[in-house]
Amino acid sequence: MSDLAVPGKGQSKTLFINDPKVRSIGLQLIALVLVVLLGWMFVDNARENLAAQKIATGFGFLENTAGFGINQTLIPYSETSTYGRAFLVGLLNTILVAVVGVFLATIIGFMVGIGRLSKNFVVRLLSTAYVEVLRNLPPLFQILFWYLAVLSNLPGPRQSLSIFGEVFISNRGVMIPRPLFGEGSGIVLWAFGAAILAIVLINYWSKARQEETGQRLPMVKIGLGIIIVVPLIAMIATNFPISFERPEMKGFNFAGGIQVVPEFVALTVALATYTAAFIAENVRAGIQAVSHGQTEAAHSLGLRNGQTLRLVVIPQAMRVIIPPLTSQYLNLTKNSSLAVGIGYPDLVAVFAGTALNQTGQAIEIIAITMGVYLVLSIVTSVIMNIYNKRVALVER
Amino acid sequence: MKRLLSTFALAGALGLSAASAQAATKLEQVKSKGFIQCGVSQGLPGFSTPDDKGNWTGLDVDFCRAVSAAVFGDPDKVKFTPLSAKDRFTALQSGDIDILSRNTTWTITRDTSLGLNFTGVTYYDGQGFMIRKDKKVNSAMELSGASVCTQTGTTTEQNLADFFRANNMQYEVIAFATNDEVVKAYDAGRCDVLTTDRSGLAGERLKLTNPDDSIVLPEIISKEPLGPVVAHGDDQWFDIVKWVLYAQINAEELGVTSKNVDDMLKSATNPEVKRLLGTEGKFGEGMGIGNDWGYQIIKSVGNYGEMYDRNVGPDTPLKLARGTNALWTKGGLQYGMPIR
Repeated sequence: MSDLAVPGKGQSKTLFINDPKVRSIGLQLIALVLVVLLGWMFVDNARENLAAQKIATGFGFLENTAGFGINQTLIPYSETSTYGRAFLVGLLNTILVAVVGVFLATIIGFMVGIGRLSKNFVVRLLSTAYVEVLRNLPPLFQILFWYLAVLSNLPGPRQSLSIFGEVFISNRGVMIPRPLFGEGSGIVLWAFGAAILAIVLINYWSKARQEETGQRLPMVKIGLGIIIVVPLIAMIATNFPISFERPEMKGFNFAGGIQVVPEFVALTVALATYTAAFIAENVRAGIQAVSHGQTEAAHSLGLRNGQTLRLVVIPQAMRVIIPPLTSQYLNLTKNSSLAVGIGYPDLVAVFAGTALNQTGQAIEIIAITMGVYLVLSIVTSVIMNIYNKRVALVER
Repeated sequence: MKRLLSTFALAGALGLSAASAQAATKLEQVKSKGFIQCGVSQGLPGFSTPDDKGNWTGLDVDFCRAVSAAVFGDPDKVKFTPLSAKDRFTALQSGDIDILSRNTTWTITRDTSLGLNFTGVTYYDGQGFMIRKDKKVNSAMELSGASVCTQTGTTTEQNLADFFRANNMQYEVIAFATNDEVVKAYDAGRCDVLTTDRSGLAGERLKLTNPDDSIVLPEIISKEPLGPVVAHGDDQWFDIVKWVLYAQINAEELGVTSKNVDDMLKSATNPEVKRLLGTEGKFGEGMGIGNDWGYQIIKSVGNYGEMYDRNVGPDTPLKLARGTNALWTKGGLQYGMPIR
């Protein structure tokens, strides 16, 4: 090897093979060819073996009738629907757990993370205990704990716990009233939308006003007022078109209302509390990364503790928190596939489980499932990166 | 450069070895590794359950031992892979197991488009429902609105949908990946009804905290012929596994048992018995195994009736009467193709 020989510029004596540029490009080309060859070998091998065993291939099965039931569907689905429909049902169930889980995990994570830095000894101790316990137990174990130890010990549907006779909690899940939209309810929904728009506009104006005069409006109180009063006026004006269908005991189970199945509750709660422990650590790290001088400066301006945290420390900490937060969101989404352990009909259970088993199209189904998780992860990252850019330090 | 060349050499070697492994027949593969890899359920009393020492017992397990006896002259050259309903076919398709002997229902989809071959029926079954006595239900027709626990990736799941749809009844299905999870959920009251094959209900009932609090409803809502499965593409292996079962059924029909087989070998005059035990004809050779294959099966595992009585029959905790699984000569469906 001639690693030690340093070829001078323009020296035509240098061997072609010793030119660093040629070598690096050449080696990369060889590597590329090898990767392509290997990939081709895998595909060809799979195709040959499938043909030899006469296993059906292709994506046509997505249009066949699935013929099995699913107990939680966000879109209309019946046993006569297609495998493609079953795929959508599973996908939406996965997204539902991911979205609700991320939302809860963020709230709990921030509370616990801030709690770990609290001056109050009890709050600090509880937060530390929370993080250390939940972070160190495997997520599947926590899901099973919620499902088998907590939720299955609730009473049966006939003895269910009732809240004002409207909401019922039993080992079949939580039954809540279902809103029925009668005539004129469109106006109420429009009023609700208008209320949200008004809050956004007032908030915008209030910020501009604060920058000019330094005075702050009590936005929380104003917002709450608008969101309650405006739809209420619309309701009265249209003579209360929205009614509620109450869950009622009928035969074996409750009929009517909306059923939140215990599998969903167990999975979402377990994943949210588990992921929150990691988010709490990210939040703590983020806050500690902000120089203490910022807090002192904020205090000297007369800001109270809560205001300092909310207006000065957290915004600066977000820059440190967001990148690892993104990866926690991705973890939660991917961990939702542990649903299969407790019979929650997520994408993996319904599609990569039941549908795969019935159709035997392992390669196609696994490819689609992998693709879905990839897309979910990329979409999450893109959204978080856009947010990250917005809160990043703007250099002037 | 040297490293690169060795990488090439390694890739080439791997490619070649993979190619040569492809060419060997299943029988050659099994013989060269010295044992049969047999896929069984993760624990269903009477069909396949491991004891505390890790020894597997059950009807499905015994069948694999019978194949081992036919191929190796030794019933213990089997290794068992516990598989969930969901994973069983993939394991067979990919060659991880040589035989799937796991209370699997023979259906046209599975036989034709999953790349599988069913070799026969070891147990004629039908799907039923189990429910707690205090629900005061006496017929499956009263189950409208019930929550039903079942195992995912099974024909059970589809029959259930068909049954409730055909009778215009509502239901909520909760599908779990393994039998144990199904039983646990039923035991905890998550669902009103547990559904699976009736033989499975008999086995799973034993796992409940209070087995006597539950009853099996009289309706049988489907046909569930359960049997061993091999992968498409190797007719010789398909033949061997198929004929092991026929040999066991024929043996029962001819009255050959594990106890009298040695006497029969010496003194039998019936040509059918002689052909079964390999003293006449060369049927084993035709399959590429020993001519005494029939003798080995009966000697070590016994005939079909012995295998049935030992694992699921009336004297076992499952207490399953022969019913449709009796010989055809006794009003049942078990019929061994002639060995000649």
